[in-house]
Amino acid sequence: MKVSVEEDKCCGAGHCVLAAPEVFDQREADGIVILLDPSPPLALRDKVAEASFLCPAAAIMVED
Amino acid sequence: MDEILDYPELRAAACPFAPPPGYAELRERAAVTRVRMWDGSTPFLVTGYHEARTVLGDSRFSADGTHKAMPRFVKFEVPAETFNLGRMDDPEHARIRRMLTAHFTIRRTEAMRPMVQEIVDDLLDRLIAEGPPADLVADFAFPLPSRVIGELLGVSGPGFAEFQRISKGVMDFTASAEEMGAALGGMVDYVTGLCAAKRDDPGDDVLSRLIVDQELTGELTPQQVVATALVLLLAGHETTANMIALSTVLLLRHPDQLARLRADPGLMANAVEELLRYITIVQEGTGRVAIEDVEVGGVLIPAGEGVIINLPSANWDAHFADAHELDVSRANAREHVAFGFGVHQCLGQTLARVELQIALETLLRRLPALRLDVPFGELPFLYESMNYGVARVPVTW
Repeated sequence: MKVSVEEDKCCGAGHCVLAAPEVFDQREADGIVILLDPSPPLALRDKVAEASFLCPAAAIMVED
Repeated sequence: MDEILDYPELRAAACPFAPPPGYAELRERAAVTRVRMWDGSTPFLVTGYHEARTVLGDSRFSADGTHKAMPRFVKFEVPAETFNLGRMDDPEHARIRRMLTAHFTIRRTEAMRPMVQEIVDDLLDRLIAEGPPADLVADFAFPLPSRVIGELLGVSGPGFAEFQRISKGVMDFTASAEEMGAALGGMVDYVTGLCAAKRDDPGDDVLSRLIVDQELTGELTPQQVVATALVLLLAGHETTANMIALSTVLLLRHPDQLARLRADPGLMANAVEELLRYITIVQEGTGRVAIEDVEVGGVLIPAGEGVIINLPSANWDAHFADAHELDVSRANAREHVAFGFGVHQCLGQTLARVELQIALETLLRRLPALRLDVPFGELPFLYESMNYGVARVPVTW
C-alpha cells in the first residue's frame, strides 16, 4: 500500500490522525498533515482507507 | 415540471429528531432540485449524502458570502464585520484558516480535556448541590461551551459576566429578526473592545496569540481579527449547547442505547458521532454558489446559481443503513457530514467532540437517575431556528 498526501489541499480537520495515528500526524505550527509512513503495512489498510474517505479536502491518496 | 417546493420544510412535531419528512422522499426522487426561499430566490437543494459531499468538496462551488446568489437563511442584514473565513474562498480562506488550525489540532484539543472536565464537574457539582429539578439547557448545556470559549478568548473574572450577557442576547430564541441583528451588532462592538484590550495586555489565550502572531505582524487586519474572534465565539457556542441538550433528550428516549453507553463508556466517542449524525443541528443547511456549470447527481447546476446543502437529510441517506435507528455502535457513524464537508468543514469540530464526550459521559455517570421532568411532548423544540435546539429541558434525578 502506497500513501501520499497533498499538503496544499489539507485543511487541518484532523480526521486522519484520529482514524490512523500510525500513519498521519499534524504539524504543530498550522495543523497541516504529516505523513509518518508512506508505505504502511496491509494491516492498516482499512484505517488508511477510512482516513482518505473522511478527509474533507481529498488530500490523501491511497494506492494498492 | 413539478411545482417548486418552498424551503425550508420544518421538522415534524411527531418526530422531532428526524429531518423534515418531505426530504426522505425528495432524496430518493430528486436529490438535487430547485426550491423557493422566503425572499423569492430559487436555489438548488441537495438532499443526498453523496451529492452533498460532491458539492461541498468541489472548489467550483464558492462559499463567498458577498455573492448575490448566495442563499440567505436569515431575514436580517448580517453585519459585514461578521463575514468570516466560512464565507470566503481559497486562497484567502486557506491562509486565514491555517492561522487557526494550529489551535485546534488533535493534540492541542486533547490537552484541553482536563479544562473541559473541570468545568463540567463544577457545573454538575452546583446542579447536585441545588438539587432537582433543573433546566438542563440553562444550567448545563449553555454554560459549558460558554466557559470553554471564555478560556479560548481569554475572558475571565469580572469580564466574564459581560461576555455571558452579550452572548445570551445573540442566543435569544424568542428575539425578532431586528433584535437578533441588533444583538449581533452589540456582539461586534464587544469583540472589538475585547481585541483592543488584548492588544494592550496580551495573555496566553488564542485571541492574544492571533493579535501578537498575526495582527501585529500584518498578516491579519484588525477587522479580520475581530471577524475571527466572532467565529470562535459564535460557532462553538449555541451549536455545542444545543447538541448537549438534544443528545441527552434523545438518549433518554432510547433507554436501550443509554444502557449500552452506561455499561461501556468506551462507546462514547462513537456514540457522539452517531448523535451528531442523527440530530444534525445545522438544519437549514449551508449555502454555495456555482462558479461554473457543474453536473451533480445527474442535474446541471448552471454557473451563478445558488445551492443549499441540507445536512440533516444527507445524514439520513441510505449510505447509513436504517438511518432512522439510533445505534451508538454504528460502524460508519463518523462518516456523517454534520460538521459539513470540504475545506470549510467545522474548524472547531475536535473541540466540539471533546466537549460532547465529556459532558455526556459525566452527566450519565453522575446523575444515574436522570429523567425528564415534563412529558416529552411538552419540550419546546426550536423548529424554526437556523440551528436546531430545544429552549428548555426540565429534568429531575
